[in-house]
Order: sequence, then C-alpha cells, then structure tokens
Amino acid sequence: MTALLSVDNISKRFRGLLAVDKLSFEVPQGQIFAVIGPNGAGKTTLFNMIAGVFAPNSGGITFAGERIDGLSPDKICRRGIGRTFQIVRPFPALTVEDNVIVGALLHCQGVDDARVHALDVLRRLDLYDKRTQRASGLTLPDRKRLEVARALATDPKLLLLDEVMAGLRPTETDRMVSILQELNRDTGLTILLIEHVMRAVMALAAQILVLHHGAAIAEGAPEQVVRDPAVIHSYLGAEDI
Amino acid sequence: MIGRLIDGVPARGLILLGLLMVAALVAPLFASDYILTVLILIFYFAYIGQAWNIMMGFAGQLSLGHALYVGLGAYTAASLYVHFGIGPWLGLLVAVPIAVAAGAFIGFLAFRFRVGGVYFAILTIAVAEFARVGFDHLSWTAGSSGLFLPVKQYATNDLWSLRGRPVMFYYLLLAATALAFVGCRALLKSRMGYFWLAIREDEEAARSAGIDTFRYKMIAVMISAGMTSFAGVVYAFYYNNLFPEQVFHISRSIEMILAPIVGGIGTLFGPVLGAFLLTGMAETLTGTLAALGVDIPGAKQVFYGICLLAVIVALPDGVWPWVARRLGLTERNK
Repeated sequence: MTALLSVDNISKRFRGLLAVDKLSFEVPQGQIFAVIGPNGAGKTTLFNMIAGVFAPNSGGITFAGERIDGLSPDKICRRGIGRTFQIVRPFPALTVEDNVIVGALLHCQGVDDARVHALDVLRRLDLYDKRTQRASGLTLPDRKRLEVARALATDPKLLLLDEVMAGLRPTETDRMVSILQELNRDTGLTILLIEHVMRAVMALAAQILVLHHGAAIAEGAPEQVVRDPAVIHSYLGAEDI
Repeated sequence: MIGRLIDGVPARGLILLGLLMVAALVAPLFASDYILTVLILIFYFAYIGQAWNIMMGFAGQLSLGHALYVGLGAYTAASLYVHFGIGPWLGLLVAVPIAVAAGAFIGFLAFRFRVGGVYFAILTIAVAEFARVGFDHLSWTAGSSGLFLPVKQYATNDLWSLRGRPVMFYYLLLAATALAFVGCRALLKSRMGYFWLAIREDEEAARSAGIDTFRYKMIAVMISAGMTSFAGVVYAFYYNNLFPEQVFHISRSIEMILAPIVGGIGTLFGPVLGAFLLTGMAETLTGTLAALGVDIPGAKQVFYGICLLAVIVALPDGVWPWVARRLGLTERNK
C-alpha cells in the first residue's frame, strides 16, 4: 500500500518546550491509524501541524504526494483532510443540518446539493432525527458525532479524529466505533485518530503509534504495541488490558 | 430563485409582509408632513441597519464606524454635484467604489493581521474618526464650515437629480429597504451566507471546514460598505447640508446600529422592526414632551439608552425573534 500521509522528521517547539521531536510515520491509504500516549505527549500538536494550525519548525508532511506543511487550515481541508476538535466546536446557533451543510458546501456549489449530501452524512452518523435541533442544545455524544459529520461532509480522503470517544459511555463508544468501522469499510476512508479510550483503539486501529515526550516510543500492530514494555511503563501503567 | 427566497416562510408571514408593503406604499396618502419625515427616518435607519447586519449579524464582524461609509457616500455625491453638476445616480457610481475601497482597506488591515473582536471594532471607529478630522480640513468639501447643496422649493419631483419633495425620498428609501431585505435574504440563503454564519459562530472551526475566512469576511465588509454609502448619497440630497462633525461622528455610527440590535442581530426583520420601534417611539416621546411644554435636552438619548437596557435584559436576541414566536412566524425547517 502507498502512504496517503507521510510525516517526515517533524519537530515543533513552543519556546522551551519541544512538543514534537523528530517524528516520522506513514499512514497507508485506507487504514485506521491510532496515535496514543500520555497527556502532554504532543498528540494534539501533531494533529494541529497536519491540519495546518501550526507549521512544523522542521521536517515535512506529505499528503497524497504533495507537501502540505505550512498550508493554512482551509487549504488543507480543501486538499482532502477533515478534522474534529478535541474540545468540540460545532456552530452553536445553527441547526444540526446547517452545521453539516457548511461542510458539504466545500465541494457542492449549490445549497440544495449540499443539503442532500448533508442529510446522507447525518443518516450515517445517526443524527438525522435531530437535524432541526440547534447544535447548542445537543448532548456531548451528539455534539461529538456532529463534529465527525461536519468533517465528513467535506468529503475528506483522510479524517483526523481528536479524542472523539472522550466523555462517551461504553455503549456510545461502541456505537461510534461501529460507525467509524462502517465508514472505513464502505468508503475506504483513511482515519487517523488520537484516542485515550483503549477499548476503542483496540477495536479500530490496524496500526498504533505511541508518543511520549514528543517522540515515538513504539509503533506496530495493536497486540504487539500493548505488550511493549516501554509502552506499559510510560502510558498504560499497571492498568490491566 | 423566488422559491428559494420564500422557502420555509409560513404563509401568514408572506401575507403579513404583503400587507405591510401595501401599508407602506399608501402611507404618504394619509400621513401628515411631519409623519412623513418620521417615516423617511425610519426607512433610512432600517436600510442602514440591514447593511450593517450583513457584517455583524451574518459574518460576526462588529463595525462601530459605519458613519464612515455614509459620510463617504454623502460627500462624494454632494461634491460631484456641487462642483461639476454631476447628478446623484452618476455620483453613486463613484461613491460606492470609494466606500467599498474604504471597507476593503479596514478589512484588509484587520483580517490580514488577525485583528478581531473589540480590536476590530476600535479600528472601525478609528478610521471613521480619521475621516471626520480629515474632512474638517478638506477645503474641496468646504471643511468644517459645511458643504451645502443648492436648495429651493420644489413643485415637482426630479428623481434623476434627487431634487424634490419629501415624498420622493420616502419612496426611494422604501424601495431601498425592500430591495435590501430581499437581497439580504438571498445572501443569507446562499453558499456565502452559510459560510458567513459559520465564521460568525466559530472562525477556527469554519477554517478547518475549508472556508477561506479572509475572503468571505472581506466580501461581507465590502458589500456592507457599498450598501451603506447609498444611504449616504440619499442623506446628502435629502438634508442638503453636510458637516464632518455631524456626518462622521461616532454618535451617528452608534445610532445606526441600535435598530438591528433592538430588533434582533442577524435577523432580516430585526433592523426594520427596530427602526420602527426606536424612531417611532423616540419621535412620539419628543412630540409628547413638546405638547406638554416640557423641554428636556437629550431626552431622546436617554430614551435610546433605556430601550437598549430593556432589550438586553428582557430579550437579548432582540425583539423580532420574540415577536416571530408570538405570531407563529418562525421559519420551518424542511
């Protein structure tokens, strides 16, 4: 498989803090790839560099054969990378449907076409029945799904999910996992996720990268990674998996 | 296209809108000269409120310096008329681009260098103040001594030169308000309208949904500035005198935004309803005080202040959303 996203030796420094340190990895086309690691490991910083919020201080990011590091977030979205935010950011005063229409309008010129596309996405994410509600009135699990829906409506080739399971109950987590699996299976969507909920990571990911202090300490298949002594020491701890 | 515009509007809303339009069209037949001047003022504020609302209500960019665009429109058209005898409609072809350029200048400075929120508002005030001071010293427009258009009693209405009786200005501003209303509705329902709302709600999320926020904010400012300058042209030919201290003063900018705030920011009917409520009630107050023989300078300003306080406390979304709910006029979703 060819790599859809390839991160090559990137670093990001915030004054004295080296948040991401010479990190390299590749996400193949069609894979679900998870990034795990303790708080402060640099996961969200990594995401923000891929999504264009910051440019890396050094190194490069290549997506679908083109360099994207340093591009603005809107340009990166137009290249085909959709993202969610760790702290959800729906458009609060807009309805669920209108939130997703905004995403769909990236590739649909007309509002009517965008609405058709948005409603398809909402059905997929179990939000169709709530489409007329304002986003501000949704529960957290619904807002998390709305974030995914808005990102998906932009028709990304790669979806970046920043802790979409956090704060969900186990049954809600399972529902989200099966939605993401369906998406990956039916549309071949490549997914890069940051996640703390190991139950979801183990169920979803084909490949896991473990970050600690901004550097990769392990990478591989899930079963292999969770048995890695360095990973157990720095992240999983005494917790039984 | 028309289907899109009225899509989701309840039938009784359309009927009400039709009745209001008819009432507005026949009003001059019944209104006294005084009432007519009040109505002119109401539609003047309704129109400008609509233009300001594109920036604030749709795209979320607070301008506290819209007097700048009124002033540029007014001064450009009036100077061309006074110096070269160029009529207002041709003057508009110069005035609008000047106002749009001024809007683009402010927008570029702010959005290119990520000046947002209150700092953006301060920038809009600052540029309007620069204009006020600048025009005070600009001899071509007669500086602080004021620019006067030749006036006489008009028996006929010359729409082409905007020389005529108040009733002509009434219909002109009514038409402008109606067009602005329909135009804003079309904008709001367009692709760009959705992008504006997304930017207003959360700019970073909008950017990560692929929206070029710089571009759409610029367009909002430029449309708003251009629309507002038309009101300035009408202002110049209606009042026939322009003083920088009056036209560009910050109190003018504040006065313009009260109607949409009271009526409901981001709503289409808010600016119109707000203009009716505020101007109508302020004039009633002035009239009542005059009839009672009481002379209180600044009563109108105090009244505006009380209205704002009442709206902020009781109906923070503005009066129109509340009225719409009461009358069952809330838009349906498909």
